[in-house]
Amino acid sequence: MTVLLIALGAAVGAPLRYLTDRAVQSRHGSVFPWGTLLVNVAGSLLLGVLVGWPAGPAVSALLGTGFCGALTTYSTFSYETLRLTTGGHRLLALANVLGSVAAGLAAATAGYAVARALTG
Amino acid sequence: MPEPFEPRTDPDVDLRVPADRRELTARPATILAAIAAGGVLGALARAGLQHAVPHPPTGFAWATFTINTFGCLLIGVLMAVLGHLDGGPPLARPFLGVGVLGGFTTFSTYAVDIQQAIVVGAPGTALAYLAATLLGALAAVALGDAVTAGLLRRATR
Repeated sequence: MTVLLIALGAAVGAPLRYLTDRAVQSRHGSVFPWGTLLVNVAGSLLLGVLVGWPAGPAVSALLGTGFCGALTTYSTFSYETLRLTTGGHRLLALANVLGSVAAGLAAATAGYAVARALTG
Repeated sequence: MPEPFEPRTDPDVDLRVPADRRELTARPATILAAIAAGGVLGALARAGLQHAVPHPPTGFAWATFTINTFGCLLIGVLMAVLGHLDGGPPLARPFLGVGVLGGFTTFSTYAVDIQQAIVVGAPGTALAYLAATLLGALAAVALGDAVTAGLLRRATR
């Protein structure tokens, strides 16, 4: 059952990352990877909420391990950072690294704190 | 000769690459299904490894660290191979890159594991994990890209 819930969450999360990335890029001509930053921060926020709530094993498998895990990505983040660096955009690469980690951590912390406050 | 695959920054989808721009309108269901199928495989592999090597909240998340660094090595290898093949088969990047490796690696678990280590009073572990994953992942993707591109250049010379 857990396996099915993880699979279901991932089957939605991965295509949603792709569609979000496309939508962000079609509105932003910038070389900075805003789309990946957005999915990574949104996924960190939601996972923070799920851990702080705390969600049961079924919801954790579906929304946490499956959906948030597949929505967010480290491989895309690292490859984009490499490409920005080799493409001569060193400052943007550094901004991507620092911005992603800082925003991801802030989102996880905020999600966790809000969930804890609401559920007592 | 300009290579259409080369200016890519984003391995998931880069609208500056003509093939990426066209793929969703050409056959949306196939592309999204390939991404979903790959995402399921990657996520299940990740969940299996995390289940096999659990960590206490105060401990270093070795499973996720390994998943993320290994996934970054593989995206470097994959994109170098696909770049060499001018993009490769149309579903290779959506299935393997966006799906399998995107679903395998995770940023949300990385962020929340750091946050949880801080909450339980293990800031040293949090900082070590934060830095090790970041440096390991960036070194891995650069290594995967450079070694693969070098091997392919030698093989075709």
